[in-house]
Amino acid sequence: MRDDRVLAALEDEAIEIIREGVAAASRPVMLYSIGKDSSVLLRLAQRAFWPAPLPMPLLHVDTTWKFREMIQFRDRTAAEDGIKLIVHTNQEGVQAGVTPFTHSSSRYTEVMKTEALRQALDAGGYDMIFIGARRDEEKSRAKERIFSFRNAAHQWEPRAQRPELWNLYNTRLGAGESLRVAPMSNWTEADIWRYIAAREIPIVSLYHAAERPVVEREGQLIMVDDDRMPLNPGEAPESRLVRFRTLGCYPLTAAVESTATTLDAIIAETLAADGSEREGRLIDHDDEASMEKKKRDGYF
Amino acid sequence: MGREVTSPTSNRLAPLRLVLCGSVDDGKSTLIGRMLYDSNQVFADQLGKVEADSRRWGTQGENIDLALLLDGLQDEREQGITIDVAYRSLETPRRRFIVADVPGHEQYTRNMATGASTAQVAIILVNARRGILPQTARHTRIAAMFGVRHVVLAVNKMDLVDWDQATFEALEEEYRELTDDVGVPEVVAMPVSGLTGDNLTRRSDNMPWYDGPTLLEHLETVQVTDPGDDAPFRMPVQYVNRPHSEFRGYCGRVASGTVKPGQRIRVVPGSSESPVKSVLVGRGEVERAGRGDSVTLTFSTEIDVTRGDVIADAEDAPAVSDQFRASILWMGEQPLVAGRLYLLKMHTREVTAKVTSIRHSVEVRTGERLAAKQLELNEIGVVNLATSRPVPFAPFEENGKLGGFILVDRGNNRTVAAGTISYALMRAANVTWQQFDISREVRAQLKRQDARCLWFTGLSASGKSTVANLLERRLYIEGRHTYLLDGDNVRHGLNADLGFTEIDRTENIRRVAEVARLMVDAGLIVIVSFISPFRADREMARGLFEPGEFLEVFIDASAEECARRDPKGLYAKALRGEIKNFTGISSPYERPEEPEIHLSTEELSPEDCVEELLRKLN
Repeated sequence: MRDDRVLAALEDEAIEIIREGVAAASRPVMLYSIGKDSSVLLRLAQRAFWPAPLPMPLLHVDTTWKFREMIQFRDRTAAEDGIKLIVHTNQEGVQAGVTPFTHSSSRYTEVMKTEALRQALDAGGYDMIFIGARRDEEKSRAKERIFSFRNAAHQWEPRAQRPELWNLYNTRLGAGESLRVAPMSNWTEADIWRYIAAREIPIVSLYHAAERPVVEREGQLIMVDDDRMPLNPGEAPESRLVRFRTLGCYPLTAAVESTATTLDAIIAETLAADGSEREGRLIDHDDEASMEKKKRDGYF
Repeated sequence: MGREVTSPTSNRLAPLRLVLCGSVDDGKSTLIGRMLYDSNQVFADQLGKVEADSRRWGTQGENIDLALLLDGLQDEREQGITIDVAYRSLETPRRRFIVADVPGHEQYTRNMATGASTAQVAIILVNARRGILPQTARHTRIAAMFGVRHVVLAVNKMDLVDWDQATFEALEEEYRELTDDVGVPEVVAMPVSGLTGDNLTRRSDNMPWYDGPTLLEHLETVQVTDPGDDAPFRMPVQYVNRPHSEFRGYCGRVASGTVKPGQRIRVVPGSSESPVKSVLVGRGEVERAGRGDSVTLTFSTEIDVTRGDVIADAEDAPAVSDQFRASILWMGEQPLVAGRLYLLKMHTREVTAKVTSIRHSVEVRTGERLAAKQLELNEIGVVNLATSRPVPFAPFEENGKLGGFILVDRGNNRTVAAGTISYALMRAANVTWQQFDISREVRAQLKRQDARCLWFTGLSASGKSTVANLLERRLYIEGRHTYLLDGDNVRHGLNADLGFTEIDRTENIRRVAEVARLMVDAGLIVIVSFISPFRADREMARGLFEPGEFLEVFIDASAEECARRDPKGLYAKALRGEIKNFTGISSPYERPEEPEIHLSTEELSPEDCVEELLRKLN
């Protein structure tokens, strides 16, 4: 793989960033979303510290609406040697009955993801929070630093970003403040797939095309993953050959029709795609600059 | 090592890092938007959003405003300018690019520097109709200062000057004259149009007189050099990996040169040497590792290595100094004033540092030297710099990874400066030390003792003064020559002019540390009893002494216990908000990580503490 100079350079840079963050951290943690980017980040961090075990826990914010296959994959991963997993759910949200079907996607995300994340981070007192974010995902992220400063309320202040020169990251923090560290900032979606292939990184099978039960709503294919999903009158799940470019909560993550059952086919499809991967994320379409707003509020 | 997959041809080369400099008037975002668009890097849904945005924010009337592909932050869209550096990836069949798109306005010079610091090639945009602007030269100088050795002068908006050859050639000449002294090894000029795409990804039919490459062709083929290409092996240590007693690895990214198993290395500062036992990349041992590789090294001999050391070729190790001549770009809102203490980060080493003098500032447009007492936001200056502890380094021109640094304000943790080392100042040339015949050893011998500094740190009411007083009495009885420097007492005299802000507290410690050093030089056993809440200050004090001379004594009692004791009623006042910046209540106390002596006054009586101290002293 190291003959691929682009992947090698991205891998070296990511490992440097991970080591730098852990060296400066009092309480590091890795946000683990179970998706392909988290899977790559996890394996990069293991490489960075081998033969020592991962020097930080994984944190999964479980909305209770993740695909079942994701949860199975997560639990298999957590069972590996040297991996410690923390799972947090916003119980107040569950008790208040906040679901993607009863509340707007923005409200649901606020309660079950953003608030839940803040709760988990406060509980752990984490100062260095590793995330799998990439700058090619969306416009406001293209302007975010690799070590992105958050105040004690977990807010991002885009106008007060620290200048980030060379590889000299300013990791100094006051009480309650934290850094979100994105070692894969300079990776693209295609890089992620090429790296998964080159390093044989295990991923959730939902990324591969298969026959799955879906309903079509407003032009988006939603997979019926369990019987909690209320069907509209006359609506019946039909089996279609689909896969997911991005994974989140099943009611909020649209599938794409695809015949890509192998990594090479997925890479080819990614390069030929005319839609960005976040197209399948229903929460991003809510309003203008929605990601930036969420981040200012403390979403990752 | 994983299975082999077909990598695209573009991945045979490492990514090329670019910085694109110019302002909204130069058509910068349009140009990069056009390159993304023409090389099919824009997804349909992103384009849909941009079309919607164009109607709302755009500057191109009914046409799509490709600049909106890049301007990511809401503030910017409202102001129609690019305020922060944005990073984009671009992949063509021949090469992969990471583009830093930086703002043009002078007030965002720090963002320009950020983008330039990681770039190998700078594209300097000029608006053909408006000509060379002050910022054109400023961008060039900043790019050069931060390590860029290849410049493309892209004369944009050629469509607005009727594709006129004479206009282009006049601008190129003017630019070359203006930047003649900057010392960028390669400058290539080309006429382009971001709006129409001429000479960006396709040859221009409108400018048949231009026979050079398109911008993309040039970028795909340019061979780049970086400061440090020919430098010997150096690896700053990021992290020491010790999972169990059988394995001790030193992690870092190779800054320059190559390393192989068997090679003899030296750890700097210091003179420890060892052969390399193994070089690990990920889980596998490799035959050699080179520049840019993230590796873990193991040694055949056990030697002491910590984060911030540099592992180097034993035959050709880097110099170490604590006095430097440097160029800095000031990025703080408050001006730089000589004498204040900052945290300096160079490669993986963090030390306390101060600018001892500002030699001159630099007029960024012309390079002219100007007399300066201070440096304002966005100003560049040449300064003398002193660090509390020695730092392994290289002049930035010789090795960019060992000669660049940042300064961090210790009060608010902001990054306030970025700089490059020019050379080390000889201590002797900088501050002349008078040599006298009677040395500290001789003075201490006369007193039949070893001179020491016992630095007591701990919360107010932790018991520092009580233990210090008792210790001095015991030492006096034993016939030792001592002196006790107490925080409260010194504040009545030497430091009567200082308050309790973080800056004043730091200065307070600095003066006391210097006084303690003089007294140790006089052969005394000095007991310093100061809260000294900040680790960096205590490290600064330690840096003034010879190894073994300085003993950090942590007088440990919990904040709750101290508040309960509260002999002077200070905690009660602080809790009522009557005292600002009170350590333990409204200001942090950074506990010593590895004090020489750790005494808990909740567990030990003052007498027991003194016994323990005497045992350590003897």
